[in-house]
Amino acid sequence: MPMPDTPNVPDAQPSKLPAADEAPSLMSAASAPPVDADAPRSVFDDDSPRVPRSPGEIFRVCTRIALQGFGGVLPIIQREWVEKERWLTREQFLELLAVAQVMPGPNVVNLALIFGDRAFGLRGAMAGLGGMLLVPLGVVLVLTVGYMHYASHPVVAGALRGMGAAAAGLIFATGIKLLSALRRNVMGWRTSLAFVALMFAGIALAGVPLIWMLAGLGLAACALARRRLAP
Amino acid sequence: MTPVLAPAPHGADWGGVFAQYLLLSMLSIGGAISTAPEMHRYLVEQHHWLSNEQFSSMVAIAQAAPGPNLLFVAVLGWGIGGVAGMCVTMTGILLPSTTLTLLAARWGEARRSTRGVQAFVAGMAPLTVGLVLSAGFILGKPGYRDPWLLALMVATVAVCVRTKLSPLWLIAAGGLVGAFLA
Repeated sequence: MPMPDTPNVPDAQPSKLPAADEAPSLMSAASAPPVDADAPRSVFDDDSPRVPRSPGEIFRVCTRIALQGFGGVLPIIQREWVEKERWLTREQFLELLAVAQVMPGPNVVNLALIFGDRAFGLRGAMAGLGGMLLVPLGVVLVLTVGYMHYASHPVVAGALRGMGAAAAGLIFATGIKLLSALRRNVMGWRTSLAFVALMFAGIALAGVPLIWMLAGLGLAACALARRRLAP
Repeated sequence: MTPVLAPAPHGADWGGVFAQYLLLSMLSIGGAISTAPEMHRYLVEQHHWLSNEQFSSMVAIAQAAPGPNLLFVAVLGWGIGGVAGMCVTMTGILLPSTTLTLLAARWGEARRSTRGVQAFVAGMAPLTVGLVLSAGFILGKPGYRDPWLLALMVATVAVCVRTKLSPLWLIAAGGLVGAFLA
């Protein structure tokens, strides 16, 4: 096994085949000095096209993302990180999202945390978290204070009631859309639907505390899934 | 019809609120909005710090504003106790989940393909969907006695499921309809 013949990129051994749309950055790494030679050393896979330059840049980009996210931040993150900044390939983004979804906490906040942590450790994680939350928090508080000031005005109260009904409808619709993701569930379509129905009956209709539903129904579902996954 | 609300939490109450949100943070698998039913049970039904209408309006404000859905936690905290309430609820909801996520992300990636993790993901999936549907159902409560609001909600569900229209337009349309009905 000869020594690597590309001294510029000592560990440029991609762990997996690069996606077709990442080809240009790989070619430039092989034939010319990396474009981001002065950027902090990447802790991502080497086929990651660019890296954020500082925690401050993560903070700014995350703030920009959060402020565009009306009714859903996830599509904006994907667009900004993968397509615009090219900090991650699609495959890397999906991997981070999988971890973010499995862990407790809001998915988009978890994504920013994990991404920032990989880039700059704890400082990066805090930059991602702060970017997602600080400025939007100011915006939402101004709106809230405005609401409390004018809440007694019938038109404002009516508008808020209408927005509340629409917001409830949006969340319910999101649940309906997510149902299709259960078709490939290892427990089977009908069993999955039965678990959905039991969860809805317990939480929405009977008002059972979430922790009891998770302890009972959650354990049962995970045990069943584990048995179906048996090799 | 106006519900009698309890006085805002004070003193030792805040310890209970903080503990409740620490617990909710650990349970918020599938997104912050999946804990909305539990927050409703705790803040509205158990302690009467907020009315049904206040709860739904505050979530609506957070949904209409830009940023992660999680911010509805800050608005509810503000609603029960101003800046202090906001700090208690936001710290409570963020501290456990962010700590756990950071630790798990650092060492847990290699375990993605193990049977235990896969069973967890597959088993929790339908429960997460059930929770999201419950959140929509509970947030719609103020509208179930008003045929116009109910129609508005049903129409929003239909448009959202069948089209790719931005949620912002649906929220705006809901606000307009609500203002005219007032």
